Amino acid sequence: MDRPQRVPAVLAVPAAVGFAFLLLPLLALLIRTPWRGLGRLLASTSGLTALRLSLECATAATGLSLLLGVPLAWVLARVRLPGIALLRSVVLLPLVLPPVVGGLALLLALGRNGVFGRYGYAAFGYSLPFTTGGVVVAETFVAMPFLVVTVEGAIRSADRELEEAAATLGANRAQVFRRVTLPLIGPSVLAGAVLCWARALGEFGATITFAGSFPGTTQTMPLAVYNALQTDPEPAVALSLVLLLVAVLVLAALRDQWLRPGGLR
Amino acid sequence: MRTSAIGLLAVLLAVAGCSPGAKDAAGGASVHGTVTVLAAASLTEAFGRLAKQFEAAHPGVTVKLSFGASSALAQQVNAGAPADVFASAAEKNMQQVITAGGAGSSTDFVKNVLQIAVPPRNPAGIRQLSDLARPGVKVALCQVQVPCGATAAQVFRNARLTVRPVTEEADVKATLTKVETDEVDAGLVYVTDVRAAGRKVTGIPIPDPVNASTEYPIAALTRAPNPSAAAAFVRYVLSPAGQAVLSADGFEKP
Repeated sequence: MDRPQRVPAVLAVPAAVGFAFLLLPLLALLIRTPWRGLGRLLASTSGLTALRLSLECATAATGLSLLLGVPLAWVLARVRLPGIALLRSVVLLPLVLPPVVGGLALLLALGRNGVFGRYGYAAFGYSLPFTTGGVVVAETFVAMPFLVVTVEGAIRSADRELEEAAATLGANRAQVFRRVTLPLIGPSVLAGAVLCWARALGEFGATITFAGSFPGTTQTMPLAVYNALQTDPEPAVALSLVLLLVAVLVLAALRDQWLRPGGLR
Repeated sequence: MRTSAIGLLAVLLAVAGCSPGAKDAAGGASVHGTVTVLAAASLTEAFGRLAKQFEAAHPGVTVKLSFGASSALAQQVNAGAPADVFASAAEKNMQQVITAGGAGSSTDFVKNVLQIAVPPRNPAGIRQLSDLARPGVKVALCQVQVPCGATAAQVFRNARLTVRPVTEEADVKATLTKVETDEVDAGLVYVTDVRAAGRKVTGIPIPDPVNASTEYPIAALTRAPNPSAAAAFVRYVLSPAGQAVLSADGFEKP
């Protein structure tokens, strides 16, 4: 157990400034929230449509990320190949790439006139931009790396002896993954999925660039906030409050992973 | 090389010595420093050139331009953005600023009408406005909060058409981009945007009885950090030289 320590002023002052810097803008959002007309604002400004669309798309993007991201994390953690480091950087790239650039890249790749999208459009007359599917794709592109990174770390630190024991008992590799590895990394998969979902929910740049903005189809909450800001800050603040609330809930769900020192490995 | 550099320096010093701030063309006070202009997205090309001419006519003055949706810019002004001049693509957004005390009065300096923009290969075979209402035609519009979106809504009301766009973009340039990248079959943008896009889009005129126009007001802002330069810039936009630049880009007289 650590004994309580006196904080030196040279650390306490910047630490307090740093804390205030992160807290005060959120406090301002609460102070300026039009509490009186909140229900009416949220219901009237197509806020509910945007909220439902946001929740659906973020959930679909998280599902897609689980489907593709967990196997990808396993490959990155376990496969020893010369090019794996490069592969890993490519997977991490969307984490540091400005989302608008990601959206533009998606448009150039999957648009109906895009490098790959043109074939799909020629064959089926279908293209992703301006569809709800396009929102899911944009969100997955931006959010999946969060899941991959979290799960990869867990697989690396998972006890390999348990897997080997299962293998000696006659389990094949798919069985080992399903029965031993997955339960071992379960909590991290969950944490990664929540993180991925939260990132997808807040996605703006890639979505508006790739999927456009139309109420009910592609206009998610962050786009609705931006849209509302064009005319009247009040509904924008009300919508922002909902996103803040969701963020707090996500943090509460992740508290065991994050708020514990040394968490989220 | 060196001599010419010294020569240039000497000229610069001489110029600077003679005129610490240039006299305004209209004979007012000398102007200098930076003038920050917030202008509607549709003014991007015209104001870009106009600003260069203004700087040439007023040595020592730098024009900083920021373009966006008029509605977004009006919100910025009302939120206290340190700007000198606001040029809006609609009366409504200028009124929002005037009501909030951001500007005393405004002057209309141009007007603009809409045109249908299609990709050069015209994938949906658009020939007239009613084609935009056909099922399966992908149309990009501006969101109704911004002037080009409000004007487009007026055009569709005039034509008694119901058009369901696939996307409502944040400003007219974003709408134009969706056409340029060939991701939509058509977009409704200003005639000046079609002209500025050159060969990247094809314009299809909307008949006059149906078409709608929007007036562009300009104002020097009451909280302008550089009021004399703000007034000079507004005068320049309204002057024959400024109007010539704007009409060359397809803007009409208000």
